[in-house]
Amino acid sequence: MKTFNVKLVSALAMALLLAACKSTPMTKPTVEDKSVGKDSSSTTTGATTGSADDGSGVKEVNLDNGANADDAGNPLKDPNNILSKRHVYFAFDSDAVNAEFRPLIEAHAKYLLANKGAKVILQGNTDERGTREYNLALGQRRSVAVKKSLNALGVQDGQIETVSYGEEKTQGCADETCFAKDRRTDIVYEGE
Amino acid sequence: MRLSEYKAMKLPVSTFLGALKLALSLVTFFTLSLAHAALEIEISGGSAQQVPIAIVPFAQNDTISKIIEADLKRSGMFRVLETGGVASRPNEIAQIKFAEWTALQAQAMAVGSVEPIAGGKLKVTYQLADVLKQSQLTGGQYTIAPSQLRITAHKIADAIYQKLTGESGIYASRIAYINKSAGRYTLQVADADGENARTMVSSKEPIISPAWSPEGNRIAYVSFEKKKPIVYVQSLSGQRNVVASFKGNNSAPAWSPDGNQLAIVLTHAANSQIYTINADGSGLKQVTKSSAIDTEPTWSNDGQWIYFSSDRGGRPQIYKVSSSGGSPQRVSFEGAYNVSPRFSPDGKSLAMIRNDGGRFRVALQDLATGQVQLLSEGNQDESPSFAPNGRVILYATRSGNRGALAAVSADGRVKQRLKDSGGDIREPAWGPLIK
Repeated sequence: MKTFNVKLVSALAMALLLAACKSTPMTKPTVEDKSVGKDSSSTTTGATTGSADDGSGVKEVNLDNGANADDAGNPLKDPNNILSKRHVYFAFDSDAVNAEFRPLIEAHAKYLLANKGAKVILQGNTDERGTREYNLALGQRRSVAVKKSLNALGVQDGQIETVSYGEEKTQGCADETCFAKDRRTDIVYEGE
Repeated sequence: MRLSEYKAMKLPVSTFLGALKLALSLVTFFTLSLAHAALEIEISGGSAQQVPIAIVPFAQNDTISKIIEADLKRSGMFRVLETGGVASRPNEIAQIKFAEWTALQAQAMAVGSVEPIAGGKLKVTYQLADVLKQSQLTGGQYTIAPSQLRITAHKIADAIYQKLTGESGIYASRIAYINKSAGRYTLQVADADGENARTMVSSKEPIISPAWSPEGNRIAYVSFEKKKPIVYVQSLSGQRNVVASFKGNNSAPAWSPDGNQLAIVLTHAANSQIYTINADGSGLKQVTKSSAIDTEPTWSNDGQWIYFSSDRGGRPQIYKVSSSGGSPQRVSFEGAYNVSPRFSPDGKSLAMIRNDGGRFRVALQDLATGQVQLLSEGNQDESPSFAPNGRVILYATRSGNRGALAAVSADGRVKQRLKDSGGDIREPAWGPLIK
């Protein structure tokens, strides 16, 4: 503490000394003009939206689009048809397709082979642990695993797209039973 | 004379540092709650170099001086003095009775005024004085529209910050983040103090991975509006372009330092790999070729390297590869799981997310020594993003069952938490200084 005081005193003394040395009067401040933005001195015209101008110039884009298709008589939407089952679940840190999902995958393979115009998007998902982009990559592995099962049953790549939602569709879980429901591949038909 | 002037200002500050180091257990803690604040900011801890400063309420309109005061407090670099007990209210240096301010132990003080002028404009004038030397350190004058009061205050705060710390400021900048609220996703842009939040994109489907262009006039992001991840670039004025919409995933956009290209991650029909593409969607080139996950690209400041996370060695670690392709080299060695690399503005260190025994935390690796410091204390911390001057790292954390923003100084001393009034906030990205 003593050394600190000594230092402080000498520093202050030095500062005062230097201040005293400085002969320039301080009554004439140097003031620079730094107007904000290019349009600050002239009135901005051509504003197209009704929103208040806060100077940020930030505009909103809304992405909501069209209505849903009619579901009546669609085997893919019939709750009694296995084709309405769309989830393939995975174990922790795994992309191996469990045997219990074999009938479901076979039914979708059969449908795709019979309806060559149909296309599926396989959406891989993870639980929420980990970072978003890394989970997006992990979810992709699960969609590719289901694609390979469909390929093995004769479905061509042209009818399949593999994508991932990563952790974006999680339910906000706090325990393992719940996390297990997040680790899955969803089968979505194009246009749904 | 110039050098000794510099010393005169710096010496008392560095001795103050000694005192603060000794008294570090006496952690300062205060809460700032601004009127109409979108994000409430709590600060704990303090820098070792807090300069005692007085901000005198500006004549005619004290909004600006209040914002300057809040910015300087939040930086952790200043001890903002209570001016209520001082009788005089100078608004230019010529009016200052220095004895009053020396008594308050102010080392620096700011005075100024806001004057309405013709055409509904305002003339904002400020001066920063050295109380010991009784002289001006810096000053400025701005002619602005009333809507530019906040940004002007941030610019003045940055000028004061720069003059007194020798480093560039951070408050005349913006942050972008994703807000999930009532089942909707919005990409929002706010001032660096969390005020003035504006929605840039709004969707029922997820929006992730916002990334500022180096000039700060565009944001690249990933939207799931077409039921799959697609990379878009959108200007702040609302012009929106698809950059990458290939088969499979299109994600993790990262701007090259010159703003001409983006590193992105594509899957086509298989695993995640890194590509570069021009910002207009042309000129796609594959950078990594592996059977592993390669994702979360980020460019070195010279544009020569792309750093990324990969599980090519089993567990995810940080690697680097030449931005024109080639053989990657491992960068992170400490810890079993490291992802989300982000370069500091000076290029000397790399922020990342470390999985530390099930806790995801912000870590900072010194690239010269390889030394790593854990900076954050959450369990699910993500998305580290440096302030333009590298002093502060903004990141996403969990508060209750919701996402919130937090910040930590790069030396780990000052911690801040930004709480939103509602919604689930994630993926902050700190933009460059507004020119």
